[in-house]
Amino acid sequence: MKMNRRRFILTGAVVGGGVLIGYSATRPTRHRRANDDLVTGGERFITSFIKIDPNNEITVYVPHSEMGQGIHTSLSMMAADELDAAWEDIIVEQAPAIDLFANGDLVKGFASEFGVPNFLMGLVNASSFAVAELMNLQTTGGSSSVRYTGEYAMRTAGAAAREMLINAAASRLDVPATELTTELSHVQHNASGRSLSYGELAADAALLEPPEDPVLKDRSQFNIMGKAISRNDIPAKVDGSAIYGLDAHSEDMLYAAIRLAPVFGTRLVSVDASEALAQRGVVRVIDLDDSVAVVADNYWRAKQALSLVDATFEESEHDNVSSADIAARFDKELAESNGSEDKETGDAGAAMEEAADVIGASYRVPYLAHAAMEPMNCTVHIQGVRAEMWTSTQDALGMKGRVASVAGIAEENVIFHQTYCGGGFGRRLPFNWNMIDHATLIAMEFDVPVKTIFSREDDMQQDYYRPAAHNNFKAAFDGNNKVTAWHSRFTGPIQVPGASHIPYAIENQSIRVVDGDTHVPIAAWRSVDHSQQTFFTESFMDEIAHRAGVNPYQLRMDLLQEHPRHRKVLEVAAEAAGYGQNLPEGHALGIAVQESFGSFVAEVAEVSMGDDNQPIVHKVTCAIDCGWAVNPDTVEAQIESGIIFGLSAALYGEITIENGGVAQGNFPDYEMVRMATSPEIEVHVVESGEALGGLGEPATPPIAAAVTNAIYILTGQRVRELPIKNHDFSRSNPVAQV
Amino acid sequence: MATFKVNGVEHTLDIEPDMPLLWAIRDELGMTGTKFGCGIANCGACTVHVNGNAIRSCVTPVSAVEGQEITTIEGMATAVAGTNTSAPDLSTVQQAWIDHQIPQCGYCQSGMIMAVSSFLASNPNPTDAEIDAGITNVCRCGSYPRVRKAIRALANA
Repeated sequence: MKMNRRRFILTGAVVGGGVLIGYSATRPTRHRRANDDLVTGGERFITSFIKIDPNNEITVYVPHSEMGQGIHTSLSMMAADELDAAWEDIIVEQAPAIDLFANGDLVKGFASEFGVPNFLMGLVNASSFAVAELMNLQTTGGSSSVRYTGEYAMRTAGAAAREMLINAAASRLDVPATELTTELSHVQHNASGRSLSYGELAADAALLEPPEDPVLKDRSQFNIMGKAISRNDIPAKVDGSAIYGLDAHSEDMLYAAIRLAPVFGTRLVSVDASEALAQRGVVRVIDLDDSVAVVADNYWRAKQALSLVDATFEESEHDNVSSADIAARFDKELAESNGSEDKETGDAGAAMEEAADVIGASYRVPYLAHAAMEPMNCTVHIQGVRAEMWTSTQDALGMKGRVASVAGIAEENVIFHQTYCGGGFGRRLPFNWNMIDHATLIAMEFDVPVKTIFSREDDMQQDYYRPAAHNNFKAAFDGNNKVTAWHSRFTGPIQVPGASHIPYAIENQSIRVVDGDTHVPIAAWRSVDHSQQTFFTESFMDEIAHRAGVNPYQLRMDLLQEHPRHRKVLEVAAEAAGYGQNLPEGHALGIAVQESFGSFVAEVAEVSMGDDNQPIVHKVTCAIDCGWAVNPDTVEAQIESGIIFGLSAALYGEITIENGGVAQGNFPDYEMVRMATSPEIEVHVVESGEALGGLGEPATPPIAAAVTNAIYILTGQRVRELPIKNHDFSRSNPVAQV
Repeated sequence: MATFKVNGVEHTLDIEPDMPLLWAIRDELGMTGTKFGCGIANCGACTVHVNGNAIRSCVTPVSAVEGQEITTIEGMATAVAGTNTSAPDLSTVQQAWIDHQIPQCGYCQSGMIMAVSSFLASNPNPTDAEIDAGITNVCRCGSYPRVRKAIRALANA
């Protein structure tokens, strides 16, 4: 990514917080506001993200949601290292949901990389990305926190603060700044042996003009980054004290259970709530436009009473829609439309005509739910013209703004209480508003806090889904079995541009997208389009290799001459997994590679077939080049997490549409990997030293194809539709590994 | 009326006998460490101990635990005897969860810790197959490899 740091500081000062360090005309106002909002007593706020108090306690405000990725720790490490703080002095705080901490610059980071992704497009409603600076956006998503907020804001803030502390010390000690060094939250003057703590210097430093262009450390100078530092959020997560949105609690609180229209987009027609209203603890039954809610003094009572509510929803043109209908529509669209261009290189049509051989294959994947462990919930307390709210979210400002607009309250009069997120995976991003809107509308009927909770069934059936998608491929070969053309037609929408592209040197490529809109609401799901496209492209690449009679690993290497980072992770993963060596009887290896969110990931799955004729995934060996590792242990954790998340989807994940709504209701219908089915995972971090890549998502895309490519060798059956559980492997005909 | 002890403290609640223990703990007692995940005893996020045995509280009516000793995640750490500090001693399982950096989002981990604590109490040296059969909680973040490592470490301790 090309992003000019100086320019970033100039333009990002308004929104980035950490880059508040005096480059913008608006700085004084913002600076004062930061002090008003965050500072008490003798503390001085010397950059937007870092506060140093006279006791030498250093608080780093992290403007991102902690949902398990360890972001509070990683971002604090980045600021602390540049600051030359002692890690023990660091206090990590969630930044408040105020626009000072808005991160519209994330949008700019994305934009410079591959355009603004669809899931953020609603926030950028003009041609100029500058608009994003004014938007209330505090998103955690797109595997972006470390590589954008961390690299461009946290490190800069730390480095700037350090320079200001040195300058303050130079004045105090009356020595040139060049004679001063920093270490463990102190400025040292080695010549005289004098040492001042940052806390002692904070008040002076706050009066100084921030440096124009603070110098960041070289990697060899890191003291904190690159170390496996224990996460600051874990202690509270082992003793029950960590507070999630669902844990908002007060004595006078009411609880709402809600039933939404089973068919997306339909309205409530009539309600008979007489029986429900007679139940113990029930306070009120509220009719909303698309739902009915029972409010009681305990969630279980509300939920029990809701089952007694007789609600009728309007009929809709989608009442009879099934997954089969949607698939048929996709097939029809793909058959009748040539779609719009995603990528065209060379002349794939001509290559097909001249080919010695052409192969084709149709791939498809179903809708997927996010199924975060913490069901969607939101607590709102309307207090006249003010409100308070609690919810687990990937966008604090967005949610606060949404509650304000639904309730007709000025945004600055809404107090947002940020909590830990019991999983996000894209479900808790802006525009997935259904829970937030309902909770607000319900709470507007009361003057006490009301906690609205989706049951697991609501959560699964009222999600915004990973889209179902088809991709029809053709590949052309010349007389020497060389692949000459790649032809891909898939159903959209494209949420992340480029996910359907391949890095392979195939001369003629035609990749086009057709309309895949349905009435089913969709959103980003961990790794977004890469989750389906990597299964498609890396499976079909495997088909090409087998057709060409070339080992799938070798063919990839051959066609990736221009992509050394892909090659390196493939090489490391293959070697570590023992690719090409003897395996236990009945085991096979499948391989896949994908670049996503700035990271390069290769995965090798070691698979055998079980007595039930379903695959057993024994081990996944992963190599990732994410540039370098800020916190190697959280890198590994995110890889493990991404693989298991993707493996759950590959093996079992399937949301089907019946009668216009979602057929699955709870975990037994939407199974996921558990202890017994969780493979051993071996992670190799390839430190290329390139720009930081993302980590929350990139491990998810390759796993499905890695597993199904191994299944092909074991059974001779090419899995072209997920999930794997739906396939009958009883009559297998193993294929020799070429 | 329902009477039971939670972490050593006796509570008498004027609630329906069929109210699940989970909601009595969360909404009536205001103790939020025990989590709601599925409501059908499938995911294990709501796991607590009744007389030391792991149960899934989302389907356990309070009538079934009348007079019993309930332990929740908040009761797993014990106050340090003979000191004035309020900092409690974590249980060995809780400490292992920190040592192995297990929780990610952490939402399922109260239940996971309760399940593993009870499991190891009855089988201090489990085989992998026994771990697979005994720990069936769902962790959407995929902490399983680390949970397995922690269990092995605890078994060898």
